[in-house]
Amino acid sequence: MFDVIIIGAGVIGCATAYELSQFDLNVLLLDKENDVSLGASRANTAIVHGGYDPDPATLMGKYNVRGAKRCMELVNTLDVEFKKTGSLIIALDENDLKTLDKYYERGLLNGVEGMEMLDSEETRKREPNLSEEVIGALWIPESGVINPWEFTISMAEVAVREGVKLELNQKVIDIDKKSDHYLVKTETDQFQTKYVVNAAGVYSDQIHNMVAEPAFKINPTRGQYYLLDRSAGETVKTVIFPCPTELTKGILVSPTIHENILVGPDAETVSDPEDTSTTREVLGLVAREAQRSVPSLNFRNNIRNYSGIRANSDYNDFFVKISAPKFLDLAAIKSPGLTCAPIIAEEGIKLLAQEGLELNKKDKWDGTRKIIRFKEIPKAERADFIKENPEYGRIICRCEHITEGEIVAAIHRGLPIFSLDAIKRRAGSGLGRCQGGFCGPRVQEIIARETGVSPLDILLNKTGSYILVGQTKNAESED
Amino acid sequence: MVQEIICIVCPRGCHLKVDPENDYEVTGNSCPRGVTYGKAELKNPTRVVTSTVKIKGADLKRCPVKTDQPIPKAKMQEVMQLINAVDLEAPVRVGDVIIENILDTEAKLVVCRDIG
Amino acid sequence: MQNIKEYQLIIVGGGPAGLAAAISAAKSGLSEILIIERDKYLGGILNQCIHNGFGLHYFKEELTGPEYSKRFIDLLSENKIEVALDTMALNLENTEDWRYVHVMSSSDGYRVLRSKALILAMGCRERTRMNIQIPGTRAAGIFNAGQAQLYVNLEGYMVGKKVIILGSGDVGLIMARRMTLEGAEVVACVEVMPYPGGLNRNIVQCLQDFNIPLYLSHTITDIKGRNRVEQVTVQEVDQFGKPVAGTEIYYDVDTVLLSVGLIPENELSREAGVEIDPRTSGPMVYENKETRSKGVFACGNVLHVHDLVDFVTEEGESAGHAAACFVQDGGCVTEDANIISIKTDSNIGYTVPQQIRVDDVEKAVRVFFRVRKIFKEPSRIVFRDQSNAEIASFKRPFMFPAEMENVNLPRQLLDKISGTELTVSVEE
Repeated sequence: MFDVIIIGAGVIGCATAYELSQFDLNVLLLDKENDVSLGASRANTAIVHGGYDPDPATLMGKYNVRGAKRCMELVNTLDVEFKKTGSLIIALDENDLKTLDKYYERGLLNGVEGMEMLDSEETRKREPNLSEEVIGALWIPESGVINPWEFTISMAEVAVREGVKLELNQKVIDIDKKSDHYLVKTETDQFQTKYVVNAAGVYSDQIHNMVAEPAFKINPTRGQYYLLDRSAGETVKTVIFPCPTELTKGILVSPTIHENILVGPDAETVSDPEDTSTTREVLGLVAREAQRSVPSLNFRNNIRNYSGIRANSDYNDFFVKISAPKFLDLAAIKSPGLTCAPIIAEEGIKLLAQEGLELNKKDKWDGTRKIIRFKEIPKAERADFIKENPEYGRIICRCEHITEGEIVAAIHRGLPIFSLDAIKRRAGSGLGRCQGGFCGPRVQEIIARETGVSPLDILLNKTGSYILVGQTKNAESED
Repeated sequence: MVQEIICIVCPRGCHLKVDPENDYEVTGNSCPRGVTYGKAELKNPTRVVTSTVKIKGADLKRCPVKTDQPIPKAKMQEVMQLINAVDLEAPVRVGDVIIENILDTEAKLVVCRDIG
Repeated sequence: MQNIKEYQLIIVGGGPAGLAAAISAAKSGLSEILIIERDKYLGGILNQCIHNGFGLHYFKEELTGPEYSKRFIDLLSENKIEVALDTMALNLENTEDWRYVHVMSSSDGYRVLRSKALILAMGCRERTRMNIQIPGTRAAGIFNAGQAQLYVNLEGYMVGKKVIILGSGDVGLIMARRMTLEGAEVVACVEVMPYPGGLNRNIVQCLQDFNIPLYLSHTITDIKGRNRVEQVTVQEVDQFGKPVAGTEIYYDVDTVLLSVGLIPENELSREAGVEIDPRTSGPMVYENKETRSKGVFACGNVLHVHDLVDFVTEEGESAGHAAACFVQDGGCVTEDANIISIKTDSNIGYTVPQQIRVDDVEKAVRVFFRVRKIFKEPSRIVFRDQSNAEIASFKRPFMFPAEMENVNLPRQLLDKISGTELTVSVEE
C-alpha cells in the first residue's frame, strides 16, 4: 500500500515527488511514457516568467512571483541550467502602450519587483536588433530562461534517490475508490494507495473524472516553435514578448540556455493531445509574426521545429483542489505552470495534509543534485580532470562538445534510460546543429554497452520509436 | 524494338536510342564513346557489386568487399546472396580473395579494407 | 598550462584532404607533422563509402572509398607523419608566430599544441530535415543519407524496410542501391529541383537498375507516424518551389532518407577568426589555399563541397605544399603582393580561390567553381578585368550545377590584368 500515488511525471508530478521525498512516506510516481518529462514539460517556451501577465485574482497571479523566486533557488540546489535574462514586453503601437500600462499595474498587484517602463531609444539600446517600430517596452528583470526538462528530470532523480518509487510505461486506465484506499489500475498492473495526486497534464480531466464529477475540460492547445542555431549570433539577449494581437497571443523571441534562439509559439486547439506535428502554414505565420519584433531573424539558421501541447482548459485558472476525499487535483496547469510548479507542489502538499496525510520529515534527506558539465571545467583544470576520468576526454557530441563521461553519468543517475532523446534531455547531446546526425549512433552504442541491451532495442524517443529494423547479412546474434 | 537509355560516359547524359534489331545501332549520341556504351549496355550490361560481409575478431563487425571486375547485371541479386553468407575472420588485407570465380563469371570477391 | 608540444604543421582532420596535405607537406620537406582525427580510424567519410568510382582522375582506376584512403594511409609511416586518433580539436587560436590547437582525447587528456602552420581539413556535414523545414511529426525513421550509410555499411544495421529518398544528391542515390541490395524496398527518389543533384551514372546504376522512380520538381510536404514514420506526402512544386495542390502522392513507408546537401564544418575556423565566404560556407582563400588568417590553410570539403574525391586530394596536396613553403621560408607570400579578387556573374555560384596574389603564382592557378543552372549548349567561361578586357576564355560543351568545374589561369595571363578585379562569367 502506497501512501501517495502521483499520476503524471511532468514538472508538476516531479516537483510534488521531490517535495514529498523529504517526508517519511511511501510514494509512487507513475507515467504512461518511457521517461519523465515527456508531455508539456518537454516542449514549451522554457521560461521562468516574471508575473506581470496573470490576473491577480487567480492562483496563477498569486503563485507566479513566488514560483519564479523558488525556481531561481532550485536551479542552484538541483544544478539545472538557468540564465536570468530578464524580459522585455515591447509595444509597436499606441494600443500596445496601453497594454503595457495594464501589465505594469498587474505586475504591481502580483508583487513583481524591479519593473521599468522604457522608451523606444532605451529599448533599442538594450536590444539593438529589435524592430525600429518599437515605441516602448516594459522591463521585467526577475525572469529568465531555464532548461525545462532538466528541471523536471533533476527533481525526479532526487526524488528517486531519496526513496520515491518510479514506474514508467504505466498508463492509468481507471481508479477505484475502496473503503479506505484507492486502487489505481494501469494497463498492466494495479496499485493501492491512500492518497492520489492527479498531475496528468493534458489528461488531467480524464483522471479527475475517474473519481469525481466533471469540473473542467482540457482543451489541448498546440504551439509550434523554431530553434535557431547560435551561428545566428547574439540576436537578442533577453526574452522578447510582443503584445497580443488579434491573430496570436504574441510570438516571442528568446535566447535559450544553450545560446540558441527560440521562436514561438502559436496557439491552436487540437483534438488529439498527442499530435505534436508541425505544419507549414503555422510555421510560416510564426516566422512572420516574430519578424515584426526582430526583423533580422534568419530562419535559414533553423535547427529544429517542434510543437508542444499545453493543458489549456475551460477553467480560467490552475485547478488545484481536493476533488474527492484524499484525491488532489493539480490539474489544468497551463502557462505559467513551469514557473509555478514548485509552489503548486508545496500548496498541494498542504492540501494533502489537511486531508490527513502525515508529514514527518526524514532524519536524513538530501535535496541537492550536482552534475559534471565538461564545458564548465576551466581549461587549466581539464588535463588533470581527464587523467582521473578518461571518459570525459572523449567528445561524443561534436556540436555541443558533450563527452562520453557526461553521457555515462546520465545513464546511471537512477532513472531508466530507453532512448537517445532521454540522453539528449539529460546530457545535451544531439541538441546542436546536426541534431544527432553524428552522435546518435555513438550514443546508441554507449547506452547499449552501459545498460546491457542490444542497440536494436534502443529507441529514438517514446515507446515504438525504433531506430533500427535489424542487421544486414540476415545476421541475428550480436557478437 | 528500339530502346532508350541515358549515356553515363560523361555528365552530359545523352539520350541514346539503341536498336537491337539493326545490329545495335546507336543514335542520339554526341560522341563515339556513346556508341560503345550503348551497344555494351544493351548486349551485355555489367556492374561491379560492392557490399559488406560479416567479420569476427575485430572492432568492426562488417568488412567492405567488391567484385574485382564487373559481373552481368542480371546476376547481382544472386551474387548478393553469396556475399551475405560469407563469414570472415580478422585479420584481412585489401585484395584478399574471398570467393574465386563467382557464379562462373571469372570475377573474384575481394576485401576492400585492412581489418585487424 | 603544462609544456606545449610543437610541430611544424598540424592538420585538423584525417580524411582524404588531410591525408593528402600531410603527405605533400612531408614530400615538400617538413618532418614534424601531426594529423588530428576525431574518429578511431583515418580515412574520414571514405570508410563508409564502400561503393566504387573513386580515383578515376587521380589513379586512373576505379577504387572503393576504403581502398582509396588506404593508398594514402600506407604512406604516412614512411613519411614519419604523426597521427592522433580519437582526438578532438576543441579550439584554435592564431597568433603572429604560432597556431595553437587545444585537443582532447581519453588517452592523452587535454593538451595544447602549437605549430607554425595549420591546415583545416574538417570536411562537411549533412543538412538536416530541420534545415529544409519539412513539416510533420518527429517520428523515428528519418535519417540523413550519410547517417544511414554509416549504420548500414560500418555497423551492419538496417535502418528501414520501406524507404523513400528526398534529394537526388549522390549519397542518396548510392544509398538507394545499397538499401535495395540489402533487402529493403526503395519506393521513390524525390528531387525538388527540375534536374537531378547527383551524377548521371548514379541515376542510371542506382535508380534505373532497380526500377526506382525519380520525381523531379517534387518534394515531401508532410510526414506522418506518431513514433515511427508511417506515411509521407509527396507533392509537385511549381517554379518557385511551392507545392501544387492536387498533386499529392501518398507513400506508406517506414523510412525517409535525406540527401539534401552538405555544409562545410567551419565552427572551429569561425571561432579562430578565419574569414568565411558565405557563398561556399568555407574559408576565403588565396591561390595557395591560405586563408585570410596567416599560416592557416584549408582544403577539401571544409573549403567547399566537392563531388569528386580526386579533386579533394589535389587540393590537399596543394595546401600541404603551400604550408610547407610557409614554414620553410615564412610563406610564399610577398607582403606587397599584387592581389586580384575574383568576382562572379549570376550564372556562377562562387570561385575557389576567391583571391589571387599574382606575384606568388609560379606557373598557373587552378580556379574551381560551380555554375548555378544547367548549360546544355556549348558556352564560354570568360574572365574579364576591370577594363572589361577579356583575359581568358574557356569553352565547355555543357555544364551542370552538380559538377564542379575548373580552369587553369596561367601566370602570364594574370600579369596582363589591369585593376584588382577579375570577373568570371558564362557566355552562351
